[in-house]
Amino acid sequence: MNYHWNWGIFFQTSPDGVHTYLETLFMGTGWTLLTALSAWILALALGSLVGVARTTPYVWLARLGDAYVELFRDIPLLVQMFLWYFVLPELLPTDLGDWLKQLPDASFYTAVVALGFYTSARVSEQVRAGISSLARGQRFAGLALGLTLPQTYLYVLLPMAYRIILPPLTSEFLNVIKNSAVALTIGLLELTARARAMQEMSFQVFEAFTAATVIYIIINIAVTFGMRWVERNTAVPGLIGAAPALATH
Amino acid sequence: MITLSHVSKWYQSFQVLKDCSTEVAKGEVVVVCGPSGSGKSTLIKCVNGLEPFQQGTIAVAGISVGDRKTDLPKLRARIGMVFQHFELFPHLTVMRNLMLAQIKVLHRGREESERRGMKLLERVGLTEHAHKFPGQLSGGQQQRVAIARALAMDPIAMLFDEPTSALDPEMINEVLDVMVALAKDGMTMMVVTHEMGFAHKVAHRVVFMDRGEIVEDAPTAEFFGKPRSERAQTFLSKILQH
Amino acid sequence: MFADFDFDVIIRSLPYLFYDGMTFTLMLTALATTGGIIFGTALAMMRLSSFASLSLPAAAYVNLMRSVPLVLMIFWFYFLVPYIGQWVTGASRPIQVGAFASSLVTFTLFEAAYFCEIMRAGIQSISRGQVAAAQALGMTYAQTMGYIVLPQAFRNMLPVLLTQTIILFQDTSLVYVLSITDFLGAASKIAERDGRLVEMYLFAALVYFVISFVASLLVRRLQSRVAIIR
Repeated sequence: MNYHWNWGIFFQTSPDGVHTYLETLFMGTGWTLLTALSAWILALALGSLVGVARTTPYVWLARLGDAYVELFRDIPLLVQMFLWYFVLPELLPTDLGDWLKQLPDASFYTAVVALGFYTSARVSEQVRAGISSLARGQRFAGLALGLTLPQTYLYVLLPMAYRIILPPLTSEFLNVIKNSAVALTIGLLELTARARAMQEMSFQVFEAFTAATVIYIIINIAVTFGMRWVERNTAVPGLIGAAPALATH
Repeated sequence: MITLSHVSKWYQSFQVLKDCSTEVAKGEVVVVCGPSGSGKSTLIKCVNGLEPFQQGTIAVAGISVGDRKTDLPKLRARIGMVFQHFELFPHLTVMRNLMLAQIKVLHRGREESERRGMKLLERVGLTEHAHKFPGQLSGGQQQRVAIARALAMDPIAMLFDEPTSALDPEMINEVLDVMVALAKDGMTMMVVTHEMGFAHKVAHRVVFMDRGEIVEDAPTAEFFGKPRSERAQTFLSKILQH
Repeated sequence: MFADFDFDVIIRSLPYLFYDGMTFTLMLTALATTGGIIFGTALAMMRLSSFASLSLPAAAYVNLMRSVPLVLMIFWFYFLVPYIGQWVTGASRPIQVGAFASSLVTFTLFEAAYFCEIMRAGIQSISRGQVAAAQALGMTYAQTMGYIVLPQAFRNMLPVLLTQTIILFQDTSLVYVLSITDFLGAASKIAERDGRLVEMYLFAALVYFVISFVASLLVRRLQSRVAIIR
């Protein structure tokens, strides 16, 4: 094998003259996590709204929600990012467009928005499924007590629905972390971008990508354990798992 | 034909079968009954090796079931089994259900398998349904096809695991009639069931199990007339009410 | 606003976009799906096996592929496959593999992890009674899996498998990071060459949307038909 291994490369200074390669990877990781978290918050907010809308008795609202989901589900994430980054500024009035293009960290904001909207469609699917899996009586019980529909959602339906969908939501969050790598195409210097840069500059291909892989695995394990802790602490006593137990009464 | 000798089985630390011994001679029909949880289903599944057991021996036509060297698929091909939930293969037509194992396990030709399949469908009274799918048949019809499927392998003995327990009452008799005819033709049968009418009609012996043990093992008339154990008496009084 | 845009560029580049770009995308999708399902089914059977020597490596593989971004995997295999080729053929230098071969390996191996989880759920959904019935008829493990379990599992999971294929179709756009000419790559090249980013990217989005949307409608139609037959 002609490849020359050099694990010490991590401690050599990168071409920017200031940071070691290892430090650049950590910087990249920071951007990955920041982008993922920000996008996730946006996705949860939007996704919950759309998910709820799709379960209301207002057919036009539900259809609108369905269209929203189709739009963001049927276009690849990469293409969506290009649309936000390259196309949107051109379609806005010139001043606004120019301002967007000059924005420092434009790739970060674009990545967050693109990833946020893309993921919100998937989150809305989970929220919709979670609410639908609750026994219909729950909604009626809330309304019968005199709660308005929004109150019923807020105090009765959503608290249980979120607990039910914690596992699939966890997967979705892990997906957001992975999908943040796509933003390297619009210039975001997240982890994969940094690993690629390290590979291009140092020619130590496998060291660079191994480090990135290991970091992603660690993040994965940390998030999985973290979510399990959340699940345990929010579990409702007497309910083993979720929907099946609920639906029987 | 079938010999069980001091068979014991544990699931983890729980003992489901305790030192069970009994025999089914050639041409004999033995009914195994008992309250739920008595281990009767487990026992019959040990006979063709679908369930493993830790102690004792089981032999069918002289071949040891528990022996590691035994070719289990080959042995199972010679013993027919009918399940509580029929277990027809839903993605195959009735005819293909009958033909599949004949072709793949017994290596018979297609035409022969089809011919034999048709004859068996005649025997159970279901020839018009040959090209339907199991999902299109009623429970009683499915179970009769399941019996035909097992018979297609020309078994030396037939095992029945609660064959009518999952059927609606009006369909039980059509299945029992087939089983009675089979018994009268001299098939060696071991039947786990609650249907005491069937036992009266064709069973030579009744084996009563409770909590993993064989509590009674007597000729039919004796079992119903003078059960020796109290547990058997209690059981009989409960199920013979209707 | 739209006066500045030249949508003719789309018409002019249609041959390039579709003959060069889309055929790459569709070929990659079709082949990676086939290979991915085959390898994924094998992985699923390994994961469900009672031999730790099979189930542990399979689980590790699936978990690894599912923890890491596809983009990173694309880079990994782009550099790794030539070395593997060298090792396998005993050559003196890493083998040059084309962009298509490298992408095919990447997508097949990556998506196999996802197909594995789908097939695993499918296999586990087949009742134990079916397996018992097959065994009672004297069928071996291979016959039981081949004639009874896998056909039913596959049929049951067909809608999910097809949905994953649509996801694969969209994922192929990521070969952009290697400047490969798939459909998006082709659109991108035209966009940069002619300075027509808006037109080309909007068109690309539209094409992906139409194909994915129609495909998912068909899958939903299929789902309702399969449900009736069972």
